[in-house]
Amino acid sequence: MSEPLKLAVPRGALFGETLDVLDAAGVDTSELRGDSRSLIFEASGMTLVTMRPSDVPTYVAAGAADVGITGKDVLLEQSDRLVYELLDLGFGRCRMVLAGRKGSDRLKDSQGALGMMRIATKYPRIAEGYFESTGRQIELIEVKGSVELAPLVGLGDGIVDLVATGRTLEENELEVREEIVECTARFVANRVAHKLRATEIDELTEKLREASKG
Amino acid sequence: MIHPIPPGTRDVLPEEMRELRRLQTALIDVFEGKGYGQVATPALEYDEVLTRGRGRGDEAGYRLFDESGELLALRSEMTVPIARLVATRYAAAEPPLRFCYLAAAYRAVSPQRGELRESLQAGVELIGAPAEQGTVEVISVLEAALDAAELGSAVIGLGDADLYRDLLAEYGLEAEARNSALARLAAHDLVGLEAELGEAEIDDEQVAACIALAQLRGGEEVLAQAREHKAAAVTRAVERLEGVNEALSENQNSRPDGHRVQFDFGLMRDLDYYNGAIFEVYDPAVGTILGGGGRYDGLMKRFGLNLSAAGFALYLERVEVARAEERQRRKEKR
Repeated sequence: MSEPLKLAVPRGALFGETLDVLDAAGVDTSELRGDSRSLIFEASGMTLVTMRPSDVPTYVAAGAADVGITGKDVLLEQSDRLVYELLDLGFGRCRMVLAGRKGSDRLKDSQGALGMMRIATKYPRIAEGYFESTGRQIELIEVKGSVELAPLVGLGDGIVDLVATGRTLEENELEVREEIVECTARFVANRVAHKLRATEIDELTEKLREASKG
Repeated sequence: MIHPIPPGTRDVLPEEMRELRRLQTALIDVFEGKGYGQVATPALEYDEVLTRGRGRGDEAGYRLFDESGELLALRSEMTVPIARLVATRYAAAEPPLRFCYLAAAYRAVSPQRGELRESLQAGVELIGAPAEQGTVEVISVLEAALDAAELGSAVIGLGDADLYRDLLAEYGLEAEARNSALARLAAHDLVGLEAELGEAEIDDEQVAACIALAQLRGGEEVLAQAREHKAAAVTRAVERLEGVNEALSENQNSRPDGHRVQFDFGLMRDLDYYNGAIFEVYDPAVGTILGGGGRYDGLMKRFGLNLSAAGFALYLERVEVARAEERQRRKEKR
């Protein structure tokens, strides 16, 4: 009948555990584990498309992939991309936090003296939403890479970033000041595919639910 | 010299315009053939009038002051302007009233998302026809419109806008908890919905029922599956959907290849003027919805008329893409 279901697989930090949970759900991922430079793989009657985690909502919302796996942090940051969030896969657990320099009062001082904090982050929407909802004003500084660097050289008073073990913060003399939200990997689906390929998507959801429990 | 136009707007050149005009003519012919007279309303209306009809979360994207300081707004869809037109000009007319339109609508867009600021909508409004009969008629017109647009693979997802509002109230959820659960559902966030309901004071079985219903979609068999949930709100919704299903099946002769309708207990449309039947149009060729509609009995009341109403709108730019894509796929199969 129709073409195989397209699944967006995140490369990067979530890659290993995503392949493990797919294996447990009966999807053969051996080809993806090799050192192939290909981006697209056929496996167990599905097409697996590999990409950056932050691209997953883009592909899934547009229907270029029917379903996908990505972090809740990515979904929160791109909340305007409409996808069905079907399942919490439980792995890739990390926290979105506000962090500042150890032993420094910069955050509090700026808040007092200027009425606002300067916050560097790769997650402008999450940061903006969080400070708005807690009634504080910030000056947002968007950076693309190693955000820990910013406060060390005076770009901003603090950072909003994702923390898994806390080691990076530790090594850069930073500490968690406030916890914003906990994030895990999620299984998402395109709005139209969720309706028109209901049986296939429901089956895969159930398999992943079982696999992620184990 | 290059003179740009705002992102989210576009020019249409002759080749595409010919194709677009064929599509528009085909749709309007279907609507007029079913007794829906075409109307046009101004793109600019008083902001107060549009706000009266619109619910929360659907603000006008563009407002401006006119030369005497009145606040005007560009319409974001056609249902509210037609409700305004009916209340003003047809208050004494014998219902039901049937109107169709082909009009540009204006929405604010997120930057760099390929969304349209100005988009073309074609649709119908049926005002003053009793609930089930009205829903069935509008769905039949929609099916004919999809045929005329050559969207052979398009599917209409049919759901019930009252289901979750009633069900969560029946389970004893307070208004605040109810609204945040509904917001999760409207955002298609089933993980968040489960978390939200887990915090509310309802038992695990009821949480499981809500989650299961939100995922229940498919052919006639899902109506029977929904009946297994013993809540009054679910029973009412199933009865309404069965009524529509039976009435559509009686029309079967008119559609030898069967109906395009699939039932969907998880359907939520974000406009809050809907009650009872709601529907969306999907096509496997494109990843976004092609249109939608439903019943909105409360809307006419906001304009002082006690009339039921139903209608739908198709988003023509997306229909155009789906039509071209379906054509391409048919060609490749041959």
